[in-house]
Amino acid sequence: MASTSTPAVVARGLVKHYKDVVALDGVDLTVPTGSVLGLLGPNGAGKTTIVRILTTLLRPDGGTAEVAGVDVLRRPRDVRRRIGLSGQYAAVDEYLTGFENLDMIGRLYHLGAKRSRERARELLASFRLEDAADRPSKTYSGGMRRRLDLAGALVADPPVIFLDEPTTGLDPRGRADMWEVIQRLVAGGTTLLLTTQYLEEADLLADEIVVIDHGRIIAQGTADELKRQVGGERLELTVQEGASLDDAARALAPLGVSTPTLDATRRSLLMPVEGGAAVLGGALRALEDAGVTLDDIGLRRPTLDDVFLSLTGRTAEDDPTEGAA
Amino acid sequence: MALPAVIADAQVVAKRNIIKIKRVPDLLVFTTLSPIMFVLLFAYVFGGAIEVPGGGSSQAYREYLMAGIFAQTVIFGATITGAGLAEDVKKGIIDRFRSLPMAPSAVLTGRTMSDVINNVLVLVVMALTGLIVGWRIRSSFLDAVAGFALLLLFAYAISWVMAWLGMLVPSVEVFNNATFIVIFPLTFVANTFVPLESLPGPLQTFAAWNPVSSATQASRELFGNIPAQVPEPTQWPLQHAGLYTVIWSVIILAVFIPVANAQYRRSTSR
Repeated sequence: MASTSTPAVVARGLVKHYKDVVALDGVDLTVPTGSVLGLLGPNGAGKTTIVRILTTLLRPDGGTAEVAGVDVLRRPRDVRRRIGLSGQYAAVDEYLTGFENLDMIGRLYHLGAKRSRERARELLASFRLEDAADRPSKTYSGGMRRRLDLAGALVADPPVIFLDEPTTGLDPRGRADMWEVIQRLVAGGTTLLLTTQYLEEADLLADEIVVIDHGRIIAQGTADELKRQVGGERLELTVQEGASLDDAARALAPLGVSTPTLDATRRSLLMPVEGGAAVLGGALRALEDAGVTLDDIGLRRPTLDDVFLSLTGRTAEDDPTEGAA
Repeated sequence: MALPAVIADAQVVAKRNIIKIKRVPDLLVFTTLSPIMFVLLFAYVFGGAIEVPGGGSSQAYREYLMAGIFAQTVIFGATITGAGLAEDVKKGIIDRFRSLPMAPSAVLTGRTMSDVINNVLVLVVMALTGLIVGWRIRSSFLDAVAGFALLLLFAYAISWVMAWLGMLVPSVEVFNNATFIVIFPLTFVANTFVPLESLPGPLQTFAAWNPVSSATQASRELFGNIPAQVPEPTQWPLQHAGLYTVIWSVIILAVFIPVANAQYRRSTSR
């Protein structure tokens, strides 16, 4: 069904400057109806700017965008009727109760008093906030506030939802809860555009991933396609304190398909390899001969972290200004 | 967008702010605490040294004082509009509002509406304080209502200036400091606490044309707090204090309602 309808989000050539800084440098995006697009990139890559433009909060300096078939620049009010936004900083009013927050949003979507109240209760129940419904949201945990904020995006049951870093700053438990909620949403057929700095999150939730850096798309595809792009297995090891990482690199060089990447602070080495377990045996022997002692060694399949590293030369969590050449 | 829709949305926003007044009563306590201290300070400490026209008794000064206190208090009350909005911008609440299909002007309309209600509460507290220290309304009930209404109108106009400023500044702290250094002299270089005649020449002219003075003068007249033997003021704004205050309020509203709403449509967090 999804393939026959128009895409839920189409953006062409989005450009945005902040004074001298180029926030977006020609971004094209398509999100098919009923699918989840993960917008992945470090802080400052331009993810939030894209969300702001698509949710009518910000006008781009160039480019066009349509959300749910409606032109974002020409008919922002009609776009707002069809979207839900949940931001990076949970935009709930801490002095209002959970119920009052959702009821207010319902009224501002013009659902009417009765429907707003009903909808608020429904959402509080399905987000496991029933018990806290009539407490000021100031008393909520970080995870509860995020869930309430996400519930706010769903009040009018909009066809397209934008989630800007829905789990940033949450503890692992809160993150797992949030993922569960989002997965339920996606199972219901909602179109979702999700930004994240967590590769694991994009891998888990998104059908298609767009990797963005310095306002440009640097890669896109499914998680598997991106992983394939980086190559096969990799050997990862951590040397013992005092052991030489350079010695390890020299000893292993003949076994790899390309040169190893070293991380001195973590005393770790990462090297693409081919040949499975046999390589691991060879590596162990070579390291023993070289006299390098290890804390840990293993073979692993590439993660999206590796994708990001191979595309940008730094890990996704790094500050872009630090890692950039 | 049709006006009824704007008003309906504004009521939803105003309700949200009123809930906050209810949930955080400290806010009302702190807006009234410093003016109450001012009343006590001026009534019992400085008052004896200030000669007001029409009589030197301390009772005469307390009657003179209260209109000035009311004016200063509602103007400071109006800054809450901007501080509240600066906080909402920072917390992303304005982003949320802007992503909803509501009337864009409803956020500021609702905010300023609820701040009038806040100012009414503040005026009730201050009027009671005044009554306790000996202030009396010596005119009719309707005149007194008109006196309070004029102060609220002027404060409402100031609220829109604050709304614009609140969305312009990067933080609540900057907003509070910036407004304090403007509003403090504006409410003191006036006839709020001392008679204009006691001010040196240029300051006296400034104070006479300062709308805070006219708002004070007009409400003082409407409360009947100016004894009959006091001569007519010589400056035009004070001779036509009510009219002059209304003119200022209308001009401020005409300029700052559109300016603040334009700023709202541009503002985003961070």
